[in-house]
Amino acid sequence: MAPISRGFHGRPRRDVDPARVPPGQYVVNDFPVLSAGPTPRTPLEQWSFAIGGEIAAKSTWTWEQFLALPAETFTVDIHCVTKWSKLGTRWTGVSLDTLLESVETEAGYVTAWCDGGYTTNLSLKDLSAGRAWIVYDFDGQPLEAEHGGPARLLVPHLYFWKSAKWVRGLTFTAEDEPGFWEQAGYNNHGDPWKEERYWGD
Amino acid sequence: MGGLTPTRAPIRWHELTVVEIIAESDHAKTIVLDRSGWPGHVAGQHLDVRLTAEDGYQAERSYSIASAPEDAHLALTVERIDDGEVSPYLAVELRQGDQLEVRGPIGGHFTWRVENGGPLLLVAGGSGLVPLMAMLRHRAARKTTIDTRLLASSRSWEDLLYREELTRMLGEEGLTMQFTLTRSRPPDWSGFDRRVDAEMLTLIGPRVSERPRIFVCGPTPFVESVADALVDIGHPPSAIHTERFGPSG
Repeated sequence: MAPISRGFHGRPRRDVDPARVPPGQYVVNDFPVLSAGPTPRTPLEQWSFAIGGEIAAKSTWTWEQFLALPAETFTVDIHCVTKWSKLGTRWTGVSLDTLLESVETEAGYVTAWCDGGYTTNLSLKDLSAGRAWIVYDFDGQPLEAEHGGPARLLVPHLYFWKSAKWVRGLTFTAEDEPGFWEQAGYNNHGDPWKEERYWGD
Repeated sequence: MGGLTPTRAPIRWHELTVVEIIAESDHAKTIVLDRSGWPGHVAGQHLDVRLTAEDGYQAERSYSIASAPEDAHLALTVERIDDGEVSPYLAVELRQGDQLEVRGPIGGHFTWRVENGGPLLLVAGGSGLVPLMAMLRHRAARKTTIDTRLLASSRSWEDLLYREELTRMLGEEGLTMQFTLTRSRPPDWSGFDRRVDAEMLTLIGPRVSERPRIFVCGPTPFVESVADALVDIGHPPSAIHTERFGPSG
């Protein structure tokens, strides 16, 4: 049992459904930005999205081809490991189920790689069943560069560092290979409801 | 990964005693904690603070560590966000002798130790100075002369954190410091008086050809603009380490 902090009462609990806020998180209305380096800015005519690694046939899409894929608009809650949660965020993008439909593989893991050199690792399971997207539109507007535009991975059931900004491709791997933050003290899986923040959680 | 050796030990909670509280400015206080049981840290890392109300309600936030790994105590500097929940408690209510629950150290990217070498360019906006101060204190504790440039932006001289200690550091060999005061300046001010820009960053150096390790910390718009300017003047993005914070508190 945690010790009581003398004189701490917390602020009046806001009008949010506690069932939507994972342990240790608080709700914000703004949209904080966290990145480990400068914001990369790739011109759309040079942008492509690639699926490769240990799969039978690799695929790539140009920006125009990517926009022509069937898209979904959906509303989800997002949870950052630095403690903020933002409820009811509305995005448009392509479901990973659509992108991975024709992929034949025995590999169970994926590394998402990005402009700027960022990587994050996920299991194929966490990317399937309508729980992951590549999004390019936030709240009805093209996704801003500082929030990961032109396109980012969105995996809202995991902490937000898994939702890699400036994503350019997915590489299938046979083994689970820890990515950037996963090598730097953060949990390999990152389920906010189990508070999997750091190594050993 | 910034020279941090990955030891994948669980990061646990520690109950530390507040030994001193220092007012740094009208908005910021340094909380000095007894470090018994603290596993140590690398300059630039942060920790989580957890507060627990009598009814069991808890609130957690992350704060940068201000003290050097070599320091006798563990120190955080907290800027009070008026409509915040945790920072007003830490900056107003917390007293010497209280216990504070902290968990860490956290983060293996925005870190520097003397062994990583230099030259170094540190660029701070407001309370973004905190983790960079840990690096300067680490540098001083190790008595190294590694070429280090600090550029700190603050609204006014009175808002600049650690100004007396920084002034004392001015004579350290290899250390150059420049300040820019964006809102108000003392009458005899001879430093910069505008937002950090490419010209200022070029003047501070080190030059791109010297391949400095660069650490930028501050509010999001500050970090975005400084990091963009550094890329524009030719620094490789991979040399630019950033830490951004929003107004949540």
